[in-house]
Amino acid sequence: MDTTRTYLISLFSGDGPPPPEVDLAAIMAELEKINDDIRAAGGWVFAGGLAATSSATVVRKPDAVSDALLTDGPFIEAKEHLGGISIVRAADYDVALGWAERIAGATGLTVEIRPFEQGGPGQQPTTE
Amino acid sequence: MPDPAGRPPVTSADIARVFRAEHGRAVAVLIRALGDIDLAEDAVQDAFAVAVARWPRDGMPPSPAGWIITTARRRAIDRLRREASRDARQSEAALIAAPDEPREEGPVRDERLRLVFTCCHPALSREAQVALTLRLLGGLTTAEIARAFLVPEATMAQRIVRAKRKIRDVGIPYRVPRDADLPPRVTSVLSVVYLVFTEGHTATSGSELGRPDLAAEAIRLGRAVVELMPDEPEAKGLLALMLLTEARRPARTDAAGEPVLLADQDRACWDAALVAEGHALVRECLRRNAPGPFQIQAAINAVHTDAATASDTDWVQVVALYDQLLEVFPTDVVRLNRAVAVAEVEGAASGLGLVEGLDLGGYPAFHVVRADLLARLGRSAEAAAALDRARSLTANRVEERLIGLRAARHDA
Repeated sequence: MDTTRTYLISLFSGDGPPPPEVDLAAIMAELEKINDDIRAAGGWVFAGGLAATSSATVVRKPDAVSDALLTDGPFIEAKEHLGGISIVRAADYDVALGWAERIAGATGLTVEIRPFEQGGPGQQPTTE
Repeated sequence: MPDPAGRPPVTSADIARVFRAEHGRAVAVLIRALGDIDLAEDAVQDAFAVAVARWPRDGMPPSPAGWIITTARRRAIDRLRREASRDARQSEAALIAAPDEPREEGPVRDERLRLVFTCCHPALSREAQVALTLRLLGGLTTAEIARAFLVPEATMAQRIVRAKRKIRDVGIPYRVPRDADLPPRVTSVLSVVYLVFTEGHTATSGSELGRPDLAAEAIRLGRAVVELMPDEPEAKGLLALMLLTEARRPARTDAAGEPVLLADQDRACWDAALVAEGHALVRECLRRNAPGPFQIQAAINAVHTDAATASDTDWVQVVALYDQLLEVFPTDVVRLNRAVAVAEVEGAASGLGLVEGLDLGGYPAFHVVRADLLARLGRSAEAAAALDRARSLTANRVEERLIGLRAARHDA
């Protein structure tokens, strides 16, 4: 039985630039190490950091014919926001959980892990 | 009906006993075989329903657990076939992740071990862990668990459904964790069992609310955990702690139901068999020399239950054990308990000195200890004030409990 699932690991960060004592280069290097391990385990799908929330645009278009209403700024104004994501695949939840823990440890950020619905659209890995 | 072989007739109490004893094992095996918790539970229920019809007529089978598992498996297959022929439900029976793993070396591990780790997986809330453990491993009904935790049955049912759904959705594996993950996962299992115990322990005064005996259930779970993890000294420590605490239950309240302090308890009322078993476990732990919080707390209880009278208590030993406990568990509550022991060794003034620095103003026991030490130092006005403070806090907690119960009812 194939128990492989795809998980979204979300990283939440506070607004504004990171405090000066944070060594961004060291964190990035550590993250790259974790990503290498994920790749080596065959779990890699995608990962990336998001640009500032001020760059976000909210798009509303209730149906196919109405005009789109664009709003400058993020959908949810909050003290913490989605700062980056990592998408991984694993046959074992504890393995994915372990990656999430390492990402949290390396960044000091709050991290959420959540599975994609099974069998939903986009569940099949794209052929290389 | 007389049994042809002359065996005593099987009563419904006998079957209930088998149910409680074997439910965990049967469900654990069936989850492994079927890959689905709900299917496994239903199958085991079905099997017991058959047992209720057959055993009084045919007699108890030689291996009741084996009979239940075989019957449950057959029933589950029947059910799956029926549903598969009706529609394509079988394919959507979302299966729990039971990765095929190489056969473990040595004796085959008890299937219940997987179950206990799945129920206590740290991705589930503590409440969900407790409910699942009691339901799947302990064989308690949802109604019984709800009554025990003073929540409406609908709330508890929803909690269990949500927990099972999360197990399925995220793919919590049905297996014993890898060695690297094991220490925190074992701690999680032991915490669940201890929480069930403390819930039952504090419930002794509230028995009129009709809670089933959670303390006994926790001890049963504790025994199972020791059986499943014989090399885990903290599991033995937890069982010993529970046994030694439970042993004192008969002496803990007087005829009027009022609590009795440890020093004033009638030690003849303690359960000697539980004390002996607890002491034996503590001695085993000491030989292992791998102390952890549960083992040290059990050892402290062993010192208390070793004393024929309160004045015979080896307080020097108690202080030494609290010193050890503080190293692994540095909390103000432990410091408070240590101060009580220090007061017995060095006098009330030393004890009070240690107590005064603690940040436990919202904890009734803190004020009770202060009151006691102040009284011994002849500072009776201050002692009375401290007792008043304790009383007001205790009253609030009872009130809070009732409000919480009402709020939970509203939630349903």
